[in-house]
This record gives sequence, C-alpha cells and structure tokens, in this order.
Amino acid sequence: MSRARMALGLFLAFLLAAPLVLPEFHVTLLNYIGLYSIVALGLVLLTGIGGLTSFGQAAFVGMGAYTSAYLCTAYGLSPWLTLAIGLALTFAVSLFLGFITLRLSGHYLPLGTIAWGISLFYLFGNMEFLGGYTGISSLPEINLLGRTLDTGREFNYLIWGLVLLALWSMRNLLDSRSGRAIRALKGGGLMAESFGVNTARMKIIIFVYAALLASLSGWLYAHLLRFVNPTPFSINAGIEYLFMAVVGGAASVWGAVVGAGILTVLKQWLQDLLPKLLGQSGNFEMIVFGVLLVLLLQRAREGIMPLAVRYFPAPRKQLPVASRQLQRRSQPVAGEPLLTLNGVRKVFGGLVAVNDLSFSMSSGEILGLIGPNGAGKSTVFNLVTGVLPLTGGEVHFRGTRLDTLSARAIVPHGVARTFQQVHLLPTMSVLENVAIGAHLRGKKGVISAALRLERAEEAMLIADAARQLERVGLAASMHEPAGSLALGQQRVLEIARALCADPVLLLLDEPAAGLRYQEKRALAELLRKLKSEGMSVLLVEHDMDFVMNLVDRLVVMDFGEKLAEGLPRAIQSDPRVLEAYLGGVI
Amino acid sequence: MNTEIALFLIQDGLTNGAIYALLALALVLVFAVTRVIFIPQGEFVAYGALTLASLQLGKLPGTAWLLLGAGLAVAVLELVQALRLGLVRRVPLILLKYLVLPAALLALAWWAAPQKPALTLQVLLALGLVVPLGPMVYRLAYQPLANASVLVLLIISVAVHFAMTGMGLVFFGAEGSRTPSFSDAQWKLGVLNVSGQSLWVMGSSLALILALLLFFEHTIYGKALRATAINRIGARLVGVSPAMAGKLSFTLAALIGALSGILIAPITTIYYDSGFLIGLKGFVGAIVGGLVSYPIAAAGALLVGLLEAYASFWASAYKEVIVFTLIIPVLIWRSFTTHHIEEEEE
Repeated sequence: MSRARMALGLFLAFLLAAPLVLPEFHVTLLNYIGLYSIVALGLVLLTGIGGLTSFGQAAFVGMGAYTSAYLCTAYGLSPWLTLAIGLALTFAVSLFLGFITLRLSGHYLPLGTIAWGISLFYLFGNMEFLGGYTGISSLPEINLLGRTLDTGREFNYLIWGLVLLALWSMRNLLDSRSGRAIRALKGGGLMAESFGVNTARMKIIIFVYAALLASLSGWLYAHLLRFVNPTPFSINAGIEYLFMAVVGGAASVWGAVVGAGILTVLKQWLQDLLPKLLGQSGNFEMIVFGVLLVLLLQRAREGIMPLAVRYFPAPRKQLPVASRQLQRRSQPVAGEPLLTLNGVRKVFGGLVAVNDLSFSMSSGEILGLIGPNGAGKSTVFNLVTGVLPLTGGEVHFRGTRLDTLSARAIVPHGVARTFQQVHLLPTMSVLENVAIGAHLRGKKGVISAALRLERAEEAMLIADAARQLERVGLAASMHEPAGSLALGQQRVLEIARALCADPVLLLLDEPAAGLRYQEKRALAELLRKLKSEGMSVLLVEHDMDFVMNLVDRLVVMDFGEKLAEGLPRAIQSDPRVLEAYLGGVI
Repeated sequence: MNTEIALFLIQDGLTNGAIYALLALALVLVFAVTRVIFIPQGEFVAYGALTLASLQLGKLPGTAWLLLGAGLAVAVLELVQALRLGLVRRVPLILLKYLVLPAALLALAWWAAPQKPALTLQVLLALGLVVPLGPMVYRLAYQPLANASVLVLLIISVAVHFAMTGMGLVFFGAEGSRTPSFSDAQWKLGVLNVSGQSLWVMGSSLALILALLLFFEHTIYGKALRATAINRIGARLVGVSPAMAGKLSFTLAALIGALSGILIAPITTIYYDSGFLIGLKGFVGAIVGGLVSYPIAAAGALLVGLLEAYASFWASAYKEVIVFTLIIPVLIWRSFTTHHIEEEEE
C-alpha cells in the first residue's frame, strides 16, 4: 500500500472516531476546520489552479447562511429546501458578478470582490428583515435520514461527509477534459484558446463553482450554530479564506484542508496567547497572519502542499482502457486545394507588415514559408490562426472562410498549430498536455466530470493522446512532467498535441528555432513521416538548411511581400532570394 | 430637500471627495510604477490621523516605536545583503538611514510631545514619523517580490493591510480619535455656510496635486518615476533603479496617505481600522479611471464623495452599500468599453 493511501486511511479512521472520543472543544474546532475547508477548496480551484483571486468568498458564505436562516425562520421552510434556494441564489449572483468582472484584466476581479464583499456585509447588517447586526436566531435543526442533528458531534459527520464529497468531486474534475482546460487557464490561456477551449467560460465556471461551495459552507454554518449575524461574513473573513488557500497551496486538493486546519488552530492559539502577552484584547492574530503570509509568498509561493506531495507520492496511474477509438475526420485526397490566401494585408499603425500576400497550398503537401527576420512570416501565421485580425484580404480553407473566425473557432475546421515559444503546462504530465489538443473531440462537461460519468469518453481521449505520443516517438516520457523535457522534445510534444486535434492541416511556427543539429534532423524525419501518412503541413521557418531538404514547395517573403514561390532548388538559385538573405550586390 | 441642504451636501461631498481624490492619485501612481495595488494606503491615513491625535494629547505616538522596529528589520536585511555582496562601505549609510534616523525621530517625539508644540510642528512631526514607514514597507514586503505577478503583489498588499491594521490596534488602541479643526472660521455665502476646515481640505488637496504635477514635470526623480511607469525595462536600461522607483513611489503614497489622514481627522472620528474603508473609496475612484488615468481617477473620487454625501442624507444606513455598489456599474461599463487581451502572467 502506498504512503498516500495509508495516510488517507488513517485520516478517515480519525474522522470516524474523533466525534466519539474528542472533548467538546476539539470537536467544535474540527467542525470549523471542515466548514472552512469547503470554502478554501473553492479558492484552491479558483486562485491556486485557475489564477483568479477572490477576497469576497465570505459574502457567498453569508448568502448561503442568510438565505437559509431567513426562509427557515420566517416561512418555516425545510433546511434542505432552503439549501437548494440558497445555492440557486448564489449561482445567479456569482454568474452575474463573474460575467462583468472576468472580461476585464486579472486584478479587477479581486478589487471587485473586495467591494461587494464590503457592500454585502453592510447589507446583511442593515436589512431589518435579516435582523440587523443582532442577526437571526433559533434556526431549525437539520434532519438527516430521520435523525435530528442537534449536537456538534453528530453535525461533525455531516460536515466532514460533505468535505470529503467536495474533495472527491474536485479531484475528479481536475482529472478530466474540463479539468485540463481549467489547469491551462493560468499561464496557458492563449494555447488553450487555440485548441478550442472557451477560457472566458471556464473562468466563469470555476468562479461559480467556488461560490457554490462557499454557499454550502454557509448553510452548514447557519444550522450548526442555529444563529447568524453579519460578523463572520465580513471582508476580513474573506481575506482569511484566501490565506487558507494560499497557505495550503494548489499542488493538491488536500491543500484546502491543510490550510484551513493550520490557520484555524493557529488563530485559536494566538487568540489565547496574544492578548495576554500584550495586556489588551483585540484581533492581534491579524499581525501574525499578515506577516506569515508575506514571508510565505516570498519564500514558498506554492504553499505547504508541494512538500507534502513529495512525501506522499501518488501512485502512477494506469492508462485507461478505451472501448473504442475517437472518431476521426475524413481526410481529403492528396492534391485537393486546401488553404488559399487571397490578397492578405496587415497594417500596424503606419507599418505594412503583410502587403497583399497571396498563395495557396494543396493537401498532402509540405509548404515552407520562409524569409529573413522581420519579413512578416509570423504575422502571416497569426493571421491564418486567428490570433490577429486581418486588415484586408481573405483566407479560405476547404471552402470555409477563416479570416472572420477567432482562434477558437478555427480549430474545429481541422487546422492545428504549434507555437514558436513553446506553450506547455510544465507541471502537468506529457500525456495530459497532449490530451488538451483533443479538447474539442470530447463533449462531456464539468458536472459529469465531477461525478465521474464521463470515464468512457475520457478513456478515448487519453488513448488518443497516447497514440499521438507513440506516433511522434515520445511515448517513453508519457508520465513525466512536461517541464522536465528538453526543448527539442517539447517542440515534438507540441506537434503531438496538435495532432491530437485530428487536423487536416498542421501549422508549425519556427519548429526548428533553438534546436541542436541532431534534434533538427529528428524533427525533419518526423515531419516526413507525417507527410507520408497524408498530413499537410505549413511550416514557417527562417532556417534555410532545415527547410530545403524537407518541403515540397517554398514561398519566400521579404518586407511583407511575396518575393518568390517555387521548388526548393529553383528558390536556392533565385537571385532575388539570395539578395534578400545575403544582402545586395555592391 | 431644499437648496441649502443640497449645497451643504455638495460641500460635504467635495470635501471628502478631495481626500479620496488624493488617495486615488497615490493609488494610480503606485500601481503605474510598481504594479502594486496598494491596499495598505488606508492604514497610512489612519496612522497619520492617530499620530497627530496622540501628539495633540501630549503623548508619544506608537508609530515612533513602530518606525524604530521597521527600521531595525530593514537594517538587518540591508546589512545582510551588503555584507554578502562585500559592500562594507555601505554599512554606515544603512545604519544612519534605518537605525539612527528612526531613533532620532523617536527621541525628538519623546522630547517634543509633552510640550505640545504649535499645530504646524505637530503636523510635521507626525509626517516625519509616518512617511518613512512607506519605503520601509516597500523594502520589507514588496521589493523581494518586485517581479511577481499583479495578483501575487495584490495578495501581499492584503497581507500587509492585515498586519498594519493589527499593529494600529496595538499602538493606538481600540478608541477612536478626532482632532480639533485647523480653523473654526465660518463664512456665509448666500444660503451656504462655508467652513474653514473644508476650505483647508480642498485647498491642501489642490496644492498637493499641483505640487505633484510640478514634481512629475520638472524634477529628475519625477521624470524617472514617469519613465518607469511607461516602460519598466526601458527605464532600467537608462539607469533608473526599480528599487529606487518603488521606494520613492511608496514614500509619496505614504506622504499623501498620512496627509489625508491629518486633513480628515477633524471631520470624522478615526479608529485604527477606519483607513481601510477610506482608502477603498479612493480605489473606487481610481477604478473609474481604469487605474491608469490621473484626471479621471480624481474625477471618479469626487463623484464617490458626492455620492456618499447624498447617500448619507437619503439612506444613511446604506451609505457604504451604495458607495461600494457603485463599482458594479463602473465594472460593467469598463467591461463593455475595453477590449482586453489577456496577458500571460507567470
């Protein structure tokens, strides 16, 4: 049995036994740790993994707590019904807030969360029907399977049952098609978009998910204490939740429990110690928390979990067995017209980067687009892949106009790309990185992922990723973190990821840049092999040696214009090309 | 509501708005130069007000001890760094700047406080005790992480806010303070009573904004800060040290914060944690300007002040709710007018 399994087993045994044997005070502490863990778990997803920060989670906790408190006491509704209403309300509010802030740059969300965190706190405190600052008391108890949960000891099982459920579903989610898209949000947004991930939608999803977890925690809190007032939902509480997620770190979903545990126990201890030490009463633990967090971010930005993960290594996962293969797109017959650029033009301010460029390529061909530095090759690449909008002209691909589509909408037509500077998620495994390429070939969403209802599809996606790694010769490194590969292998990984999108046309942006001689030869070998399998490739490159023996045809660009077009041999002796590369005749 | 009340509320709103505008300018400045979203700005407001209040009671302000402590921490860090780099000749300057100076200020405050000097001297002393904390906070919390992402720096800011609020409680206690007005003069202007204090506030704010303008336009340090704000790497290549730019912008922010606190202390009672909300109202103004435009930030802050004045008349219990909910229409407006392409961070 692995160390991780053993630790989990011990922890579960502790949770079962704790309410029976621990003194009242410790059971209460354990209850709070559970409540905070649920909120912190949402923040681990939102902040640690998704790279979005919220200081306003306490307001969502309050929304869950107050909805239930008010509806239960004023209308005598069942707590289970009010849970559903509270979650629905939180869903609507967080969807609205997410929609208006997540379109803006990163720091507007946290600032926005601070602002509405404060305004909701004052709203709770000033609404007559919510009991003002004195709050609402005498909430009903929760009835679970015919038992009334009227002591902290019994409630403990409900809380920790839900914590474990939340942890389980979060782990499932992260290990899925949607999970890979979510993990790409931080540092891989552009890459994810060019494989069809709607990153704006993913951000809203994780924001709403975190808000719903907070609301659930609020409902539990309200019925545990059977009393609510505004204080625990203030902005300071929201800040402490974020501290928990940062202290724990995002290396594992357990970071939420570890962070919540450490901060809750530390706070309890400091609240006893500091007032005695300073001879006055007050929230002096704030000082320690603040200083601690600054030091943590300066010294160990990933939190505590990376250390723990090293000590409890997860057992290597077996490749799932797929019952059938992913459906493949019908490939065109060789020689069919594929990509046509017609008078493509791009102007940056006063600079004409691409000046009415036209060329076309047919299927089964490797076409090289070359030119000296600054010729506009990469701009052309970005125009074809939808990263930049065109100033004029048209791009057609198998009868579809591409130049009006965004990067995300181009992938489904069978165009997949690599990046000049590799865009990988270094901590994710090679296999998972490649599987992002297959994003659009799966359909199952977040909910089925969290509940493990998408395993058949997931197995097919992973199997296809493994097959592409086999195809490019990287299968041996499948389970390594992508960041541990050499640059040449990372470039090949990017090709495997593009292949995973089942493309008709592969667009490679300077794949040989920065590679050593041997790596270049291996790459050329791979591209020849792909061509023999019927793949069409458009290659942007400035390394003449690399392309000469590889491509079928060349288009040469200089100063944004097409200089020459033809077979490599003819290009090699073209005086205009020689002049552009080697300088004019004196 | 009659004209008299309406005019009074405008005066009240503009007075508070002038202070929020100052804070908004400081926030835009710090963000432009260092990419730090300076949440602890509010603590400098509270420290400035409470330090002056202590001096007026003839007591030694707690900030004097805090300054010595922060100076000690900075001195240790700087000495370790200097010795590691073998720059022994830097040692005397470090000792002078971070130990001797804070100690001298502590001694001065100790000697001067019981004698209750003239108001101007008290204000200068309060500024002397609070403003050096600005660059020290930068050195301790932000400088080691100067290249981190905006979000990491923001979490640091919130952590610093937490720590500084807690220290405010230790050094000033939980009771609030209100300082006497700078001027008790009242003028009748038609139906409106113009108070000397609000003229003081608006006048000082205007003067400070003009001084900042001159600083940015006509001094080499002001130009260095502007250069850093426009292009960090470019500024560094021509010799503007990012650490210097960071410390300088934090010094200015601390000065503006402490001065705002001193100006607002006679108008409203300041507690150790009041600064947070005041600073955030500056933020709402700064966000109206997208955290980049000085004039729009100042206009936004004036709007916040007016909104607050009218909100406290119509629905005083919901004053804060209304002011902070203003951010939502602003964000909606910004989200439909800016076409943002997500920059890749980290």
